[in-house]
Amino acid sequence: MTKILEVKNLIKTYKSINKELTVLDDINFSISEGEIVSIVGPSGSGKTTLLGLCAGLDTPTSGSISLTGELISSMSENQKAAVRNKNVGFIFQNFQLLPTLTAIENVMIPLELQGKPSGARSKAKDLLGRVGLGDRLTHYPTQLSGGEQQRVSLARAFSNNPKVLFADEPTGNLDEDTSDIVENLLFDLNKEQGTTLIIVTHDLDLAQKTQRVIRLKGGKVCRDQKTNQD
Amino acid sequence: MANLKYFITTAYRDSRKDRGKLALFMSAIILGIAALVAINSLNYNLVKDVDEQSKSLLGADISVTGNRPVTEQLQLLLDSIPGTEEAKEVELFTMSYIAKTDDSQFIGVKSIDGNFPFYGKLLTEPVDAFDRQRDEQFILVDHGMMLQFGLEVGDSLMIGGVDMAIGGRLKSSFGSISAGSSFAPTVYITPEQLEDSKLIQPGSLVDYAQHYKVPSNFDPNEWEDLHREAFRNESMRITTIKDQRENLEEAFSSLNYFLNIVALVSLILGCIGVASSVMIYLKNKVSSIAIFRCLGMTDQQAFLIYFIQILVLGLVSVVTGAILGSSIQMLLPVILKDFLPYEVDMDISWQAIFEGASIGVLITMLFALVPLVSIRNITPLRTLRASVDQTDHWIDWLKMVLYVVIVLSIFAFLFQLTDSLREALAFSIGLLVAFLVLFGVSKLVVWAVRRFFPTRWSFVFRQGLANLYRPNNQTQTLIISIGLGTAILTTLFIIQGLLLENVGSMDAGNQPNMILFGIERDQKDEIRTLTEDFDMPVIQQVPIVTMRLSGWQGRSKEDWMSDTTKIASRWAINREARVSFRDSLNADEELVEGIFTGEVTPGDSIFVSLADNYASSMGVSIGDEMVWNVQGAMITTYVGSIRKIDFRSMQTRFFILFPRGVLEKAPQFQVLVTKSPDTETTARYRSAVVKAFPNVSVIDLGMILITLNDILTKVSYIIQFMAGFSILTGMIVLISSLSLSKYQRIKESVLLRTLGALRNQIIQINFTEYFLLGSLSALTGIVLAFVGSYFLATQELELEFNIRWFPINSIFFVVVFLTVLIGLFNSRDVIKKSPLEILRKEVG
Ligand SMILES: Nc1ncnc2c1ncn2[C@@H]1O[C@H](COP(=O)(O)OP(=O)(O)OP(=O)(O)O)[C@@H](O)[C@H]1O
Ligand SMILES: [Mg+2]
Repeated sequence: MTKILEVKNLIKTYKSINKELTVLDDINFSISEGEIVSIVGPSGSGKTTLLGLCAGLDTPTSGSISLTGELISSMSENQKAAVRNKNVGFIFQNFQLLPTLTAIENVMIPLELQGKPSGARSKAKDLLGRVGLGDRLTHYPTQLSGGEQQRVSLARAFSNNPKVLFADEPTGNLDEDTSDIVENLLFDLNKEQGTTLIIVTHDLDLAQKTQRVIRLKGGKVCRDQKTNQD
Repeated sequence: MANLKYFITTAYRDSRKDRGKLALFMSAIILGIAALVAINSLNYNLVKDVDEQSKSLLGADISVTGNRPVTEQLQLLLDSIPGTEEAKEVELFTMSYIAKTDDSQFIGVKSIDGNFPFYGKLLTEPVDAFDRQRDEQFILVDHGMMLQFGLEVGDSLMIGGVDMAIGGRLKSSFGSISAGSSFAPTVYITPEQLEDSKLIQPGSLVDYAQHYKVPSNFDPNEWEDLHREAFRNESMRITTIKDQRENLEEAFSSLNYFLNIVALVSLILGCIGVASSVMIYLKNKVSSIAIFRCLGMTDQQAFLIYFIQILVLGLVSVVTGAILGSSIQMLLPVILKDFLPYEVDMDISWQAIFEGASIGVLITMLFALVPLVSIRNITPLRTLRASVDQTDHWIDWLKMVLYVVIVLSIFAFLFQLTDSLREALAFSIGLLVAFLVLFGVSKLVVWAVRRFFPTRWSFVFRQGLANLYRPNNQTQTLIISIGLGTAILTTLFIIQGLLLENVGSMDAGNQPNMILFGIERDQKDEIRTLTEDFDMPVIQQVPIVTMRLSGWQGRSKEDWMSDTTKIASRWAINREARVSFRDSLNADEELVEGIFTGEVTPGDSIFVSLADNYASSMGVSIGDEMVWNVQGAMITTYVGSIRKIDFRSMQTRFFILFPRGVLEKAPQFQVLVTKSPDTETTARYRSAVVKAFPNVSVIDLGMILITLNDILTKVSYIIQFMAGFSILTGMIVLISSLSLSKYQRIKESVLLRTLGALRNQIIQINFTEYFLLGSLSALTGIVLAFVGSYFLATQELELEFNIRWFPINSIFFVVVFLTVLIGLFNSRDVIKKSPLEILRKEVG
């Protein structure tokens, strides 16, 4: 299988006033197309930092990252934006919907950004129908519950048929039942579209449902093993 | 761009719920543009009318004026004007006596010999009175004066001891050659009556004019250029339509100057409002922008979305402002009516609107771009980590370029406004310095508070103080925007105060209020006795001898005139010098150089004393020779001393002062200065003087002051009206700057509340912070205003600079009060409600 994400000798340090803080220290791993991977580890171990780097939101101090075959670690911000728009979906712990846009408009953004506004509306409608919000299209985020908002952001994440989907604690703000709904939607969409899922989570149950768990500790990968899923 | 439509749609969608937040942005632009368009329109309308007005105000194509009749040589030149109609006019000021009411009135007497005015018409009642005047030998009297004394056609007026019948009312006046006409009513008499009355005596102040009408193929300006020198050498002035036009423009140039300052102030305040309100708006949008970026939007695209929003709302506001400005413009002439030199028809000036609007769009966009370009630096990482440090430590070159463009545009705008490179440069540098000083002060405050933090003070005070330097502090933005706003408004107030006070001081205290001119030598003692009989002091009684300069520093005047390198200025050389002689200096004079000589015996060298400005205009210094032509006799003198004269003194001032023992025998007349205790005495005294000495002119300075005051009241209306505009814009700046802080402080306050802080403690913390910010900004702003208005007053307006503390105190308190009030008002949610309620709502 082809590698969709390859991380080599990745180092990330933050400079504070007088000392350097190494947050990620020589990370190496790769993820294949269609894989479902979770990243776990204690708080402050560098999970979010790693996710941000892999998704091309941040620039590494050294090392290389290639995403969908493109070396994003040496790209400019705008080049990375193009890669994200074409190949990457996002889900965040705090949903990150645009408060001034309706549910359907939020879902349409990635398609519209690609310059395909024609099919955008019907596709967004379909996706919102899939996540069970077919009757909430024109509602604003403030008119939706947390779980509903997360389902909108799920629909948005899949609207551009991404090759990879990054999720930072997607269920961190949701109760158990709602979490289950969101998780199942996530896995279903993975099955249908073959999207690679990379999920950062504290929820060990969720981690166990993925195919592979990468455990970080003190900025290093301390364990990287398959679960007995699939 | 192919999907520009998409960005427009997104811009529209994104703004949908937040447009209210841009209300401040819009009102800042609306007010700024409105002021600009109103003032621009007024200026255009004034200029438009000048052409038409100047022709009928002058009444002729060429006029030659001076304070003596045209010499024979000059008359030869005038005769060279082809196919002309010619008219002669004489104007002088004198006392008139109204037998009907036993009153006296200072009047301007005019007499016309010829068919003048050639253009326009003298409005009289009956309508044909002016045409019949010469045949019937009556006089025309100013309408206002006739009303004041209840005069009717058929009554009479005693002028120069001759009784003259009134044949008509004068509704308008023409080609006024002397500036005095605004405070003395005009009376037209015939040349024959002038002759009879013997008003023209040696020493009386008379203006002579000759008017010409030329065929249309003759260019008056060309003729003027050719002969200007010859007439100037004899102290005569040529006026053509072109000059008249310039005179008119000059007449309202100081008004114009002030209005331009107001326009500038409004625009700059508007710009601060724009920059700070856009900044608040975008602060709200940071997380949205991060999400857009995360979903793959490029920085240019994100920028474009918000640029479109600002552009569209900016245009809407500019249009609204232009409409508002045009409406105000219709109002301005009503307020200014009596102050303008002529009646102005107000038309909608599309050029003014266009200019105001385009300057507005340009400058607003530039100021809006300052916060807008920061959008490029918002990283998508913010979606993962809310508080990514936004202050990257590299320099944003685009922003630097933008700052440079802003400074250049302000400079260009100022240059267009003032037409002077020096002024434009001075103003721009002033603004830049003010900005940098405020920036420096904000940095200093942050540093000082952190460095000298009082760790032992109460919790509440420490919190408030610490807010000044904590991350996301608002010290810099608030000090700059409030400080700059305060500085500009305070400058406006100080200048306004100085303008008003400078004239107000003239009638203060023990100043004399009456001057008697044209007293002959044999009347001198009688008039003194008469004055003393009225219990009025003879403050000054001095002889005046008129003379002309015929040479200096060993060379003749003619020799000097052909020397292009001479320093002496024309007015100083050619003026008819009114010279006095006495043996001591007055209290309002100060010796600055040389030795004052009080008396000389025949045969001695004569040392004269010169006023400092006259000496420097002549380019002469102590010891230089000066030769005078005293009605035919040549007198050689030397510069013995140089005096400085207090220009606010109401005494008659003499540029040239002779010692005793030289001019006693020369033809001369006397001037007497006195002070009347009240208007009733003034009236009685004037009547008595006119009856006994018809040749003497009494000038009531009190009257002049009333007229001046009248004009000033009107000016101050405009000043206050326009300043009101600026204050409104200033308020918007204050509100928008403080709204910036709203989103900053609310989260913290909620948190403190959650942790158990009392309502009062929150209020006190916020109070401390806003009080410190408000007073620091106001103080810095006021200090800047002092410096700014000092330079403006002394360098540009030539006013004496002194500070009146009253309006400045109030500005300080108002700014601090409003800062605290608006600051606390913004956090009222936190104070009023329970912390839980606020947490549930989306904050920030
Ligand atoms: N901008 C920054 N400057 C300095 N240090 C930072 C910065 N951002 C993150 N860190 C540090 O990097 C380390 C890793 O942070 P990161 O957010 O990746 O942890 P995490 O594993 O996601 O933790 P959590 O499970 O609590 O979300 C932390 O110690 C954090 O303090
Ligand atoms: Mg994290």
